Amino acid sequence: MSSLTSSLCGNKGMGARSFLWDSAKKSFTAGLIALTISDRYASIAPVRGLSMHPTFNPRKGTSMGSLMDDCVLVDKFCLEKYKFSHGDVVVFRSPSNHKEKHIKRLIAMPGDWIRIPHSYDTVKIPEGHCWVEGDNSSSSLDSRSFGPIPLGLLQGKATYIVWPPQRVGQVEKRMPEGRLLPY
Amino acid sequence: MNGLRNLVKYKSIVKEAFDRTVIVAKFLCFLHVTNNYICTPALVYGPSMLPTLNLTGDLILAERISTRLGKVSPGDIVLVRSPENPRKIVTKRVMGMEGDSVTFLVDPKSTDRCQTITVPKGHVWIQGDNIYASNDSRHFGPIPYGLVQGKVFCRIWPPEGFGSLAQDV
Repeated sequence: MSSLTSSLCGNKGMGARSFLWDSAKKSFTAGLIALTISDRYASIAPVRGLSMHPTFNPRKGTSMGSLMDDCVLVDKFCLEKYKFSHGDVVVFRSPSNHKEKHIKRLIAMPGDWIRIPHSYDTVKIPEGHCWVEGDNSSSSLDSRSFGPIPLGLLQGKATYIVWPPQRVGQVEKRMPEGRLLPY
Repeated sequence: MNGLRNLVKYKSIVKEAFDRTVIVAKFLCFLHVTNNYICTPALVYGPSMLPTLNLTGDLILAERISTRLGKVSPGDIVLVRSPENPRKIVTKRVMGMEGDSVTFLVDPKSTDRCQTITVPKGHVWIQGDNIYASNDSRHFGPIPYGLVQGKVFCRIWPPEGFGSLAQDV
Protein backbone atom coordinates (compact mmCIF):
# COMPACT_ATOMS: atom_id res chain seq x y z
CA MET A 1 0.00 0.00 0.00
CA SER A 2 2.67 2.44 1.00
CA SER A 3 4.61 1.72 -2.13
CA LEU A 4 1.52 2.43 -4.18
CA THR A 5 0.98 5.87 -2.60
CA SER A 6 4.60 6.79 -3.03
CA SER A 7 4.52 5.87 -6.67
CA LEU A 8 1.37 7.93 -7.08
CA CYS A 9 3.05 10.89 -5.42
CA GLY A 10 6.04 10.42 -7.65
CA ASN A 11 3.77 10.40 -10.66
CA LYS A 12 2.14 13.61 -9.55
CA GLY A 13 5.53 15.28 -9.08
CA MET A 14 6.61 14.09 -12.48
CA GLY A 15 3.40 15.44 -13.97
CA ALA A 16 3.90 18.88 -12.48
CA ARG A 17 7.52 18.94 -13.55
CA SER A 18 6.78 17.87 -17.10
CA PHE A 19 4.01 20.44 -17.27
CA LEU A 20 6.43 23.15 -16.15
CA TRP A 21 9.07 21.93 -18.59
CA ASP A 22 6.51 21.85 -21.39
CA SER A 23 5.29 25.37 -20.79
CA ALA A 24 8.85 26.66 -20.48
CA LYS A 25 9.71 25.04 -23.80
CA LYS A 26 6.60 26.47 -25.43
CA SER A 27 7.21 30.01 -24.22
CA PHE A 28 10.85 29.80 -25.30
CA THR A 29 9.83 28.78 -28.83
CA ALA A 30 7.16 31.47 -28.93
CA GLY A 31 9.79 34.01 -27.91
CA LEU A 32 12.15 32.85 -30.63
CA ILE A 33 9.45 33.09 -33.28
CA ALA A 34 8.28 36.51 -32.10
CA LEU A 35 11.86 37.82 -32.08
CA THR A 36 12.47 36.53 -35.60
CA ILE A 37 9.30 38.07 -36.95
CA SER A 38 9.98 41.42 -35.31
CA ASP A 39 13.56 41.41 -36.62
CA ARG A 40 12.92 40.36 -40.17
CA TYR A 41 9.37 41.20 -41.13
CA ALA A 42 7.47 43.68 -39.05
CA SER A 43 7.18 45.09 -35.57
CA ILE A 44 5.08 47.61 -33.69
CA ALA A 45 6.62 50.65 -32.09
CA PRO A 46 5.19 53.59 -30.13
CA VAL A 47 5.97 57.11 -31.31
CA ARG A 48 6.95 59.56 -28.59
CA GLY A 49 7.44 63.28 -28.90
CA LEU A 50 6.23 65.91 -31.28
CA SER A 51 8.86 65.90 -33.98
CA MET A 52 6.46 64.35 -36.52
CA HIS A 53 3.53 66.41 -35.19
CA PRO A 54 0.85 66.59 -37.90
CA THR A 55 1.44 63.00 -39.02
CA PHE A 56 1.83 61.31 -35.64
CA ASN A 57 0.58 62.47 -32.25
CA PRO A 58 -1.73 65.19 -33.64
CA ARG A 59 -3.19 66.13 -30.25
CA LYS A 60 -0.95 68.73 -28.66
CA GLY A 61 -1.97 68.10 -25.06
CA THR A 62 0.27 69.03 -22.16
CA SER A 63 -0.25 65.78 -20.23
CA MET A 64 0.24 63.26 -22.96
CA GLY A 65 0.00 59.76 -21.54
CA SER A 66 1.90 57.00 -23.26
CA LEU A 67 -1.47 55.33 -23.93
CA MET A 68 -2.51 58.17 -26.20
CA ASP A 69 0.69 58.06 -28.23
CA ASP A 70 0.44 56.67 -31.72
CA CYS A 71 1.75 53.20 -32.42
CA VAL A 72 3.02 52.37 -35.88
CA LEU A 73 3.65 49.16 -37.76
CA VAL A 74 7.29 49.12 -38.86
CA ASP A 75 7.84 47.21 -42.09
CA LYS A 76 11.27 45.56 -42.35
CA PHE A 77 11.00 43.85 -45.72
CA CYS A 78 12.59 46.91 -47.31
CA LEU A 79 15.80 46.30 -45.36
CA GLU A 80 16.80 43.31 -47.49
CA LYS A 81 17.56 45.46 -50.50
CA TYR A 82 17.44 48.90 -48.89
CA LYS A 83 14.45 49.83 -51.05
CA PHE A 84 13.42 53.22 -49.77
CA SER A 85 11.93 56.11 -51.68
CA HIS A 86 11.48 59.83 -51.17
CA GLY A 87 8.82 60.75 -48.64
CA ASP A 88 8.84 57.45 -46.70
CA VAL A 89 8.65 57.63 -42.93
CA VAL A 90 11.64 55.68 -41.62
CA VAL A 91 12.89 54.42 -38.26
CA PHE A 92 16.63 54.72 -37.71
CA ARG A 93 19.22 54.48 -34.95
CA SER A 94 20.39 57.87 -33.78
CA PRO A 95 23.89 58.58 -35.08
CA SER A 96 24.93 60.07 -31.76
CA ASN A 97 23.47 57.35 -29.50
CA HIS A 98 23.09 53.82 -30.80
CA LYS A 99 20.53 52.88 -28.17
CA GLU A 100 17.97 55.43 -29.33
CA LYS A 101 15.74 55.00 -32.33
CA HIS A 102 14.18 57.96 -34.08
CA ILE A 103 11.37 58.25 -36.60
CA LYS A 104 11.59 60.85 -39.35
CA ARG A 105 10.70 61.43 -42.97
CA LEU A 106 13.21 60.52 -45.66
CA ILE A 107 13.76 63.57 -47.84
CA ALA A 108 16.75 62.83 -50.01
CA MET A 109 18.53 59.73 -51.28
CA PRO A 110 22.19 59.23 -52.32
CA GLY A 111 23.22 61.52 -55.15
CA ASP A 112 20.45 64.11 -54.64
CA TRP A 113 21.13 67.79 -54.16
CA ILE A 114 19.10 69.28 -51.34
CA ARG A 115 18.41 72.87 -50.35
CA ILE A 116 18.77 73.57 -46.64
CA PRO A 117 15.96 75.69 -45.18
CA HIS A 118 16.76 79.14 -43.78
CA SER A 119 20.05 79.27 -45.65
CA TYR A 120 21.14 79.34 -49.25
CA ASP A 121 23.31 76.27 -49.06
CA THR A 122 22.79 73.21 -51.16
CA VAL A 123 24.25 69.87 -50.10
CA LYS A 124 24.99 66.80 -52.18
CA ILE A 125 24.08 63.61 -50.35
CA PRO A 126 27.13 61.29 -50.41
CA GLU A 127 26.99 57.69 -51.61
CA GLY A 128 25.15 55.38 -49.18
CA HIS A 129 23.70 58.21 -47.13
CA CYS A 130 20.29 59.85 -46.85
CA TRP A 131 18.71 63.02 -45.47
CA VAL A 132 15.96 62.74 -42.82
CA GLU A 133 13.75 65.47 -41.39
CA GLY A 134 10.82 65.64 -39.00
CA ASP A 135 7.49 67.00 -40.23
CA ASN A 136 7.41 69.47 -37.37
CA SER A 137 10.50 71.46 -38.25
CA SER A 138 10.30 73.69 -35.17
CA SER A 139 10.91 70.86 -32.67
CA SER A 140 12.82 68.17 -34.44
CA LEU A 141 16.41 67.02 -34.14
CA ASP A 142 17.28 65.72 -37.59
CA SER A 143 19.68 65.94 -40.52
CA ARG A 144 19.60 69.74 -40.34
CA SER A 145 21.68 69.44 -37.17
CA PHE A 146 23.65 66.21 -37.67
CA GLY A 147 23.89 66.08 -41.45
CA PRO A 148 23.25 63.12 -43.76
CA ILE A 149 23.13 59.70 -42.07
CA PRO A 150 24.34 56.35 -43.46
CA LEU A 151 21.60 54.14 -44.88
CA GLY A 152 22.96 51.35 -42.69
CA LEU A 153 21.37 53.01 -39.65
CA LEU A 154 17.86 52.62 -41.05
CA GLN A 155 15.79 50.02 -39.19
CA GLY A 156 12.53 49.99 -41.13
CA LYS A 157 9.73 51.92 -42.70
CA ALA A 158 6.58 53.00 -40.84
CA THR A 159 3.61 52.02 -42.99
CA TYR A 160 0.48 51.91 -40.83
CA ILE A 161 -0.81 53.55 -37.68
CA VAL A 162 -2.30 50.79 -35.52
CA TRP A 163 -3.18 52.62 -32.30
CA PRO A 164 -5.27 54.52 -31.09
CA PRO A 165 -8.27 52.89 -32.82
CA GLN A 166 -9.79 56.06 -34.26
CA ARG A 167 -6.55 56.85 -36.11
CA VAL A 168 -5.90 53.46 -37.70
CA GLY A 169 -4.78 53.95 -41.28
CA GLN A 170 -1.97 54.13 -43.73
CA VAL A 171 0.93 56.55 -43.30
CA GLU A 172 0.98 58.60 -46.48
CA LYS A 173 4.10 59.57 -48.40
CA ARG A 174 4.69 63.29 -48.55
CA MET A 175 7.45 65.49 -49.83
CA PRO A 176 7.99 69.11 -48.89
CA GLU A 177 7.85 71.31 -51.99
CA GLY A 178 10.92 72.69 -53.65
CA ARG A 179 13.61 71.10 -51.52
CA LEU A 180 15.26 68.82 -54.01
CA LEU A 181 17.12 70.46 -56.84
CA PRO A 182 16.64 69.11 -60.34
CA TYR A 183 19.85 67.70 -61.70
CA MET B 1 -17.23 5.02 -47.53
CA ASN B 2 -14.28 5.07 -49.88
CA GLY B 3 -14.33 8.83 -50.02
CA LEU B 4 -14.38 9.01 -46.25
CA ARG B 5 -11.34 6.74 -46.05
CA ASN B 6 -9.56 8.92 -48.62
CA LEU B 7 -10.42 11.99 -46.61
CA VAL B 8 -8.94 10.49 -43.45
CA LYS B 9 -5.78 9.54 -45.34
CA TYR B 10 -5.53 13.01 -46.88
CA LYS B 11 -6.02 14.62 -43.51
CA SER B 12 -3.20 12.65 -41.94
CA ILE B 13 -0.85 13.59 -44.81
CA VAL B 14 -1.70 17.27 -44.40
CA LYS B 15 -1.16 17.05 -40.67
CA GLU B 16 2.21 15.38 -41.18
CA ALA B 17 3.29 18.03 -43.70
CA PHE B 18 2.16 20.80 -41.36
CA ASP B 19 4.09 19.30 -38.45
CA ARG B 20 7.26 19.03 -40.51
CA THR B 21 6.91 22.65 -41.71
CA VAL B 22 6.48 23.85 -38.15
CA ILE B 23 9.66 22.04 -37.10
CA VAL B 24 11.63 23.57 -39.99
CA ALA B 25 10.24 27.04 -39.22
CA LYS B 26 11.20 26.70 -35.55
CA PHE B 27 14.69 25.66 -36.55
CA LEU B 28 15.05 28.65 -38.89
CA CYS B 29 13.86 31.01 -36.15
CA PHE B 30 16.40 29.51 -33.76
CA LEU B 31 19.11 29.97 -36.38
CA HIS B 32 18.11 33.59 -36.94
CA VAL B 33 18.17 34.42 -33.24
CA THR B 34 21.56 32.75 -32.67
CA ASN B 35 22.93 34.48 -35.72
CA ASN B 36 21.62 37.91 -34.77
CA TYR B 37 22.04 37.96 -31.02
CA ILE B 38 24.87 35.61 -30.11
CA CYS B 39 27.40 34.91 -32.79
CA THR B 40 27.74 34.82 -36.54
CA PRO B 41 30.25 33.40 -39.02
CA ALA B 42 31.67 35.71 -41.68
CA LEU B 43 33.88 35.20 -44.70
CA VAL B 44 36.39 38.02 -45.13
CA TYR B 45 38.63 38.70 -48.06
CA GLY B 46 40.49 41.65 -49.49
CA PRO B 47 43.75 43.39 -48.70
CA SER B 48 42.64 45.88 -46.08
CA MET B 49 43.40 43.79 -42.94
CA LEU B 50 46.45 42.12 -44.42
CA PRO B 51 48.88 41.16 -41.68
CA THR B 52 46.06 39.94 -39.45
CA LEU B 53 43.63 38.39 -41.92
CA ASN B 54 44.66 36.79 -45.20
CA LEU B 55 43.93 38.05 -48.67
CA THR B 56 42.25 34.92 -49.93
CA GLY B 57 39.38 34.52 -47.57
CA ASP B 58 39.28 33.65 -43.88
CA LEU B 59 36.28 32.30 -42.07
CA ILE B 60 35.88 34.12 -38.79
CA LEU B 61 33.41 34.11 -35.92
CA ALA B 62 32.00 37.37 -34.60
CA GLU B 63 29.99 37.71 -31.43
CA ARG B 64 27.14 40.18 -31.09
CA ILE B 65 26.75 40.42 -27.33
CA SER B 66 29.49 42.93 -26.55
CA THR B 67 28.44 45.22 -29.40
CA ARG B 68 24.89 45.20 -28.08
CA LEU B 69 26.10 46.01 -24.56
CA GLY B 70 28.44 48.71 -25.88
CA LYS B 71 31.60 46.94 -24.71
CA VAL B 72 33.74 47.58 -27.77
CA SER B 73 37.17 49.04 -27.04
CA PRO B 74 40.07 50.29 -29.17
CA GLY B 75 42.03 47.41 -30.66
CA ASP B 76 39.04 45.16 -31.33
CA ILE B 77 38.37 43.90 -34.83
CA VAL B 78 34.75 44.61 -35.70
CA LEU B 79 32.26 43.91 -38.47
CA VAL B 80 30.83 47.19 -39.71
CA ARG B 81 28.04 47.92 -42.16
CA SER B 82 29.75 50.08 -44.75
CA PRO B 83 28.57 53.71 -44.66
CA GLU B 84 29.05 53.92 -48.41
CA ASN B 85 27.07 50.83 -49.34
CA PRO B 86 24.65 49.48 -46.73
CA ARG B 87 24.52 46.05 -48.37
CA LYS B 88 28.21 45.50 -47.70
CA ILE B 89 29.80 44.49 -44.39
CA VAL B 90 33.47 45.32 -43.89
CA THR B 91 36.00 44.18 -41.29
CA LYS B 92 38.17 46.82 -39.64
CA ARG B 93 39.95 47.56 -36.38
CA VAL B 94 38.58 50.10 -33.92
CA MET B 95 41.17 52.83 -33.31
CA GLY B 96 39.20 55.24 -31.16
CA MET B 97 35.92 55.54 -29.30
CA GLU B 98 33.87 58.70 -28.75
CA GLY B 99 35.90 61.52 -27.24
CA ASP B 100 39.28 59.97 -28.09
CA SER B 101 41.64 61.97 -30.24
CA VAL B 102 43.05 59.98 -33.14
CA THR B 103 46.20 60.79 -35.10
CA PHE B 104 46.47 59.27 -38.54
CA LEU B 105 48.50 59.53 -41.73
CA VAL B 106 46.39 61.23 -44.35
CA ASP B 107 47.96 59.52 -47.34
CA PRO B 108 50.75 57.10 -46.41
CA LYS B 109 51.65 56.41 -50.05
CA SER B 110 52.85 59.90 -50.96
CA THR B 111 53.29 62.09 -47.88
CA ASP B 112 53.77 61.57 -44.17
CA ARG B 113 51.45 64.39 -43.19
CA CYS B 114 49.61 63.65 -39.96
CA GLN B 115 46.22 64.82 -38.86
CA THR B 116 44.59 64.63 -35.44
CA ILE B 117 40.85 64.70 -34.88
CA THR B 118 38.53 64.08 -31.95
CA VAL B 119 35.90 61.39 -32.46
CA PRO B 120 32.42 62.91 -31.93
CA LYS B 121 29.79 61.53 -29.55
CA GLY B 122 28.34 58.16 -30.48
CA HIS B 123 30.91 57.52 -33.17
CA VAL B 124 33.94 55.26 -33.57
CA TRP B 125 37.08 55.54 -35.66
CA ILE B 126 37.88 52.42 -37.69
CA GLN B 127 40.97 51.66 -39.71
CA GLY B 128 42.33 48.70 -41.65
CA ASP B 129 45.61 47.15 -40.56
CA ASN B 130 47.03 47.63 -44.04
CA ILE B 131 47.04 51.41 -44.20
CA TYR B 132 48.17 51.41 -47.82
CA ALA B 133 45.14 49.59 -49.19
CA SER B 134 42.20 50.26 -46.97
CA ASN B 135 39.07 52.31 -47.42
CA ASP B 136 38.27 53.37 -43.86
CA SER B 137 37.64 56.30 -41.53
CA ARG B 138 40.57 58.19 -43.06
CA HIS B 139 38.41 58.39 -46.16
CA PHE B 140 34.84 58.64 -44.86
CA GLY B 141 35.38 59.96 -41.34
CA PRO B 142 34.21 58.55 -38.00
CA ILE B 143 31.19 56.23 -38.26
CA PRO B 144 28.14 56.02 -35.98
CA TYR B 145 28.31 53.19 -33.43
CA GLY B 146 24.99 51.89 -34.74
CA LEU B 147 26.78 50.56 -37.81
CA VAL B 148 28.98 48.20 -35.77
CA GLN B 149 27.57 44.68 -36.21
CA GLY B 150 29.81 42.43 -34.18
CA LYS B 151 33.19 41.85 -32.59
CA VAL B 152 35.48 39.31 -34.23
CA PHE B 153 36.93 36.93 -31.64
CA CYS B 154 38.08 33.81 -33.42
CA ARG B 155 39.27 32.52 -36.76
CA ILE B 156 38.16 29.03 -37.79
CA TRP B 157 39.58 28.75 -41.31
CA PRO B 158 42.32 28.24 -42.56
CA PRO B 159 43.15 25.60 -39.91
CA GLU B 160 46.75 26.74 -39.39
CA GLY B 161 45.48 30.19 -38.45
CA PHE B 162 42.88 28.80 -36.07
CA GLY B 163 42.64 30.67 -32.83
CA SER B 164 41.68 33.76 -30.96
CA LEU B 165 41.87 37.15 -32.62
CA ALA B 166 40.99 39.26 -29.63
CA GLN B 167 43.22 42.20 -28.73
CA ASP B 168 46.56 41.74 -30.42
CA VAL B 169 47.38 45.30 -31.43
